[in-house]
Amino acid sequence: MSKVLVFVESRDNKIKNSGLEAACTATKIAGDLGSDIESLLIGSDVSKIASELSAYGIKKAFVVEDSRLEKYSTTAYSKILAEAARQREADIVILSASAMGKDLSSRVAAKLDAGLAVDCTDIKVESGNIIATRPVYAGKAYIDIKIKSPVKMFSLRPNVFKPLKTDGVVTVVEKLSVNLGDSDFGAQVKEVIVSDEKLDVTEADIVVSGGRGLKGPENYYLVEELAKVLGGASGASRAIVDAGWRPHSDQVGQTGKTVSPSLYIAIGISGAIQHLAGMSSSKCIVAINKDKDAPIFQVADYGIVGDALEIVPELTKEFKKVLSN
Amino acid sequence: MKIAVCISQVPDTTTKVKIGSDGKSIDPSGVTFIINPYDEFAVEEALKLKEKQGGETFVLTLGKDSAKEVIRKAYAMGIEKGLLIKSETELDSYAVARNLADVLKDINADIILCGKQSIDFDNNQVGSLLAEMLGLPSISVVVGLTVEGNKVRAEREVEGGKEVVESTLPVVICAQRGLNEPRYPNLKGIMQAKSKPIEEKQPAYTQNKIEILSMSLPKPKPKGKIVGTDLSAVPELVRLLREEAKVI
Repeated sequence: MSKVLVFVESRDNKIKNSGLEAACTATKIAGDLGSDIESLLIGSDVSKIASELSAYGIKKAFVVEDSRLEKYSTTAYSKILAEAARQREADIVILSASAMGKDLSSRVAAKLDAGLAVDCTDIKVESGNIIATRPVYAGKAYIDIKIKSPVKMFSLRPNVFKPLKTDGVVTVVEKLSVNLGDSDFGAQVKEVIVSDEKLDVTEADIVVSGGRGLKGPENYYLVEELAKVLGGASGASRAIVDAGWRPHSDQVGQTGKTVSPSLYIAIGISGAIQHLAGMSSSKCIVAINKDKDAPIFQVADYGIVGDALEIVPELTKEFKKVLSN
Repeated sequence: MKIAVCISQVPDTTTKVKIGSDGKSIDPSGVTFIINPYDEFAVEEALKLKEKQGGETFVLTLGKDSAKEVIRKAYAMGIEKGLLIKSETELDSYAVARNLADVLKDINADIILCGKQSIDFDNNQVGSLLAEMLGLPSISVVVGLTVEGNKVRAEREVEGGKEVVESTLPVVICAQRGLNEPRYPNLKGIMQAKSKPIEEKQPAYTQNKIEILSMSLPKPKPKGKIVGTDLSAVPELVRLLREEAKVI
């Protein structure tokens, strides 16, 4: 009988939302396959948070704890996940395609000789087989794939699968022992530099991005203000990143970040094909642009044709008004 | 210092994707192929390391005969040697990494550079798979790199910030945009690249673990609503987002 193992990501001893998304999706897949499901947490002190998984339908959580695991280590974490899959005889491994998940999953796949479907946006069971859908060409197309190797791995795009709460489940937490030597910490995170409270565009439910229509870097604060009022993250088009107005980490598009928030507001962005590839899977798209023929209006659900510098301050004011009511 | 760079050939970012007649791949007609943009950062970093520390540089790619173009591009930028593992069939990340590892295991490179992902299948896999197969540490999504002696310090991009990662050589580094500004090849480099020999070999592994069942385009969206053309449209837009789209 097959068994699903889900890796639930945590940072600073807190379960990440993407970890909950993976847990719920894995539970559903295991249910559809009629398989057992177990979960794994790795960190310095994760036993006490493992029971939080009960609200998401997880009955069994294994934890691997060690003070050296407080910060992520590619080599150590991949050894633990692969070892856990072997010890628990799991043939299906599911995790989030977060920054950590993307880094971790390939190394584990190599250790388990497993095929890996990365960044899945849909996953379902059809006559006993798992069929995964994933974007290619930055979302310009999608492929349906099947993994042929005995051990199969799937990473899920963050923010696409919604974690659903369930009642009446108790999570049994158990320590799993994996031998870790100093050589298992080959590439170790020494320090984490957090951008000043900035929410990442890939994790945000609302993203506001700015482009050339802002006319100059001094007007980018309009994007940030609107994002702040909406509790979202701010992003940028490639054009203004190339122009040096914004750092690369803000770029949404084919050679930047791919996002799929509930609401994406494109301000002064014409919608070059590279940009559309990175954001067109957003659930609702709003475009504000002077040029009524701009390609961004072809993917937008709602648009205002007008000067961003004029419209955006008013829009921020209006949102402030309705949200405070 | 021995520096190896793994590169690949991909459709240009301006490509409008059309599905091919097999229903499982893109129609390549009219598509311009380029060196994968992230691999260009890897090539540039290799050249910078060589300029600073001395050594030899080597690129390898797996692809069709046409992939020689990206090796020539790397030559034009300044890379010294190149190898094409020639495969007319599409191989998945695992098979590609196996073939690269098969070559690299005999080379004993001090540092192996790759792009963080290729912009066709966006798998983010080959660099890390390769590292694991070679038993080396890897650092992915790298936006800053310093190598001193055998110590490596890299900054990698994560959600909402950066991680500083330390390792030792040999190591696999996967480059992200922001690592450097790739140089433009000069005319002399381009001319020399044309006649430089490219080594070729056959792939040792051709088994895929992933089977593509079908490829499709995203569903076209119904035409959106232009709410207005001036400030008076703002309250209506906010109303629609709250009451119709229900996203606020």
